[in-house]
Amino acid sequence: MSNESSKSGKSYVGLTGAQMFNEMLVEEGVEVLFGVPGGVLLPIFDALHKSTVPFILTRHEQGAIHMADGLARSTGKVGCCLATSGPGATNLITGLANAYMDSVPLVAITGQVRSTLIGNDAFQEVDTTGITRPVTKHAVLVKKAEDIGRCMSEAFHIARTGRPGPVVVDIAVDATTAKLTEEPSLEHDLPGYRLKTTVHMRQIKMAVDAINEAQRPVLYVGGGVIISGATEALRALAHKARIPVTTTLMSMGTFDESDPLALQMLGMHGSASANYAVQDCDLLIAVGARFDDRVTGKVDTFAHKAKIVHIDIDATSISKNVRADIPVVGDAKDILEKMLPLIESKDRSQWLAQIAQWKAKYPFRYVPNAKVKPQAVIEAIGKLTNHDAIIATGVGQHQMWTAQFYGWRRPRQFISSGGLGTMGFGVPAAIGAQFGNPGKLVIDVDGDGSFSMTMVEIMTAVRYNQPVKIVVLDNNYLGMVRQWQELFYGKRYSGVHHPCPDLAGIARAMGATGLRVSEPSDVEDSIRTMINTEGPVVLVADVEPEENVFPMVAAGKSLHEMDMGRLA
Amino acid sequence: MRHVISALVQNTPGVLAHVAGMFSARGFNIDSLVVGRTDDPRFSRMTIVAIGDDRTIEQVRKQLDKLVTVVRVRDFQDTEYVERDLMMLRVAATPEKRAEIIELVGLFRGRVIDVAKQSLTIELSGTEHKLEALIDLLRPYGIRELARTGVIAMQRGRQSDGRTEDDEQ
Repeated sequence: MSNESSKSGKSYVGLTGAQMFNEMLVEEGVEVLFGVPGGVLLPIFDALHKSTVPFILTRHEQGAIHMADGLARSTGKVGCCLATSGPGATNLITGLANAYMDSVPLVAITGQVRSTLIGNDAFQEVDTTGITRPVTKHAVLVKKAEDIGRCMSEAFHIARTGRPGPVVVDIAVDATTAKLTEEPSLEHDLPGYRLKTTVHMRQIKMAVDAINEAQRPVLYVGGGVIISGATEALRALAHKARIPVTTTLMSMGTFDESDPLALQMLGMHGSASANYAVQDCDLLIAVGARFDDRVTGKVDTFAHKAKIVHIDIDATSISKNVRADIPVVGDAKDILEKMLPLIESKDRSQWLAQIAQWKAKYPFRYVPNAKVKPQAVIEAIGKLTNHDAIIATGVGQHQMWTAQFYGWRRPRQFISSGGLGTMGFGVPAAIGAQFGNPGKLVIDVDGDGSFSMTMVEIMTAVRYNQPVKIVVLDNNYLGMVRQWQELFYGKRYSGVHHPCPDLAGIARAMGATGLRVSEPSDVEDSIRTMINTEGPVVLVADVEPEENVFPMVAAGKSLHEMDMGRLA
Repeated sequence: MRHVISALVQNTPGVLAHVAGMFSARGFNIDSLVVGRTDDPRFSRMTIVAIGDDRTIEQVRKQLDKLVTVVRVRDFQDTEYVERDLMMLRVAATPEKRAEIIELVGLFRGRVIDVAKQSLTIELSGTEHKLEALIDLLRPYGIRELARTGVIAMQRGRQSDGRTEDDEQ
């Protein structure tokens, strides 16, 4: 993956820094660049004027970076966005932190004031690298035209390799106007960035022995499986050794939920079967997952009967929250493929019978009534899209219901903000995913709270003919917070009532089709209409306002102490 | 447990902020952090004294190593190493007390680097323990000013072919 561009024999002498920037976008295969212009970016925008890389003008920089993120998550490519200095850069922060928490490869380019003015509180100046450093994989300031090529090449390399993440390249405006008088070196200067390419065979053998000896193993797999492309290796291993698989929010779809070995999601709102299996297993094999507190519940009792194998490319993830008995540092696909021939075929019928019993007894379910149930809307979307659409979400109850009820079949199908929990992610992420997947059906399942935060980007979808479909589960509440107030604060609803105007009407005013559904019997038809309508569509579903997400593991509780709610 | 950790870092702007920011963001405690040039202008050496249990220190080491601008990390724990801290100390010294203080400093192999009418400035290097021992002895005379570099460390020569710095597991 390292930079080879200097071999192309191309000469960059005579180009301005801004033109060099454009050359690097082309070189790195950037398909779309999302962003908002500004004063210090004028030279760059002049270079983009003639560029083959299409520029997508978003309504807000947060929209731009979430679009780049949605494109990256749904395709595996590096997403790219551009923002001006000062407020442009600060508007990217949420998107950077969001991508950092979920290991999404992004390159965010920001304009910076003239290098001689840096530090003088110039107009629209902020210390962009200083502000972004804690929420990025790397951040660099470029002050000279001759460094633009190398720094951008390094940024793409860092973003996409190892544990991926966002990288900021902050470019001073005078670096973009200066002309290259000599051939710039594109050779990477990253002595501190060493990729782990070899895996300790001894560790793999220890993990294999543990798996072969286990009576009740569980595979707990996270986003790393998707990133490393290990879906097939995982499936093969799970089937050969007959090990049930639970996925995190970051890896929905990497293990087909129609498979009898699938336990679906685990954790705070995970399936009872997944949580019981984790608490009862004698071996937990974590692959590309990081033992997030929303997964583990009370950490002391998490998988308390189990020995823990932890496979991860990021050594810092190992034994950070839960001590691993057998750590294996490296690429998930590489490791799983090396393990596969050493794994013994096993029957494990007793354990699987127990799993099947839990799955039969505790499926995700809800109690239908005369109102539109949000879970029913998502089930219907799953059915009517044959479980094959790309689904983005915001953050909150609707996100959990979507994870629970869609029925995931393949990786890179579920685009959702996991670590940071960024409300407002859904609309722009879906648009970005649509840019990355032309012709495919992309649906944002959103809540009225999340939707309100970034719905302005519907204008972007309309302008650039991106036919995203958006389903707003409108309950006039910030539902997840309301649920916690109901359950843990004596129903004292505070700051959660969220009355919405006619959201379908707003969508129409922005040039999209706006639909509304209020009757349970109309749900399927309205979804069909939405799917069959050309262009962007917003379907607002008036749902049961005080529906709760269950099962639920309350804060500080162990996974087996789930509250099954009114379902029990 | 006190660990002395050495990190070879790229000599680029923001490296110190990056390392210091990581420590504060992750809630790690540091006793001292020293940055200095190396023989290679491309790199600087940071020496960090961190306090924590084994698990915390292991995280410190790994988190440091993860930073793009950090080239190599070494924890001196369980290795043979030497460490030095350098101190300058100005102590009140009337002419009557002067000889007494100079004698004390001599026992520690410190040096007097400045003499004034009412004070002496002393230079001493050694382990933190040694420095603190002298500070304790000089305190009754009246310490006017004190500056320390913080600890730097190096592995002892004969062991240098032992554990390699890249050994991760």
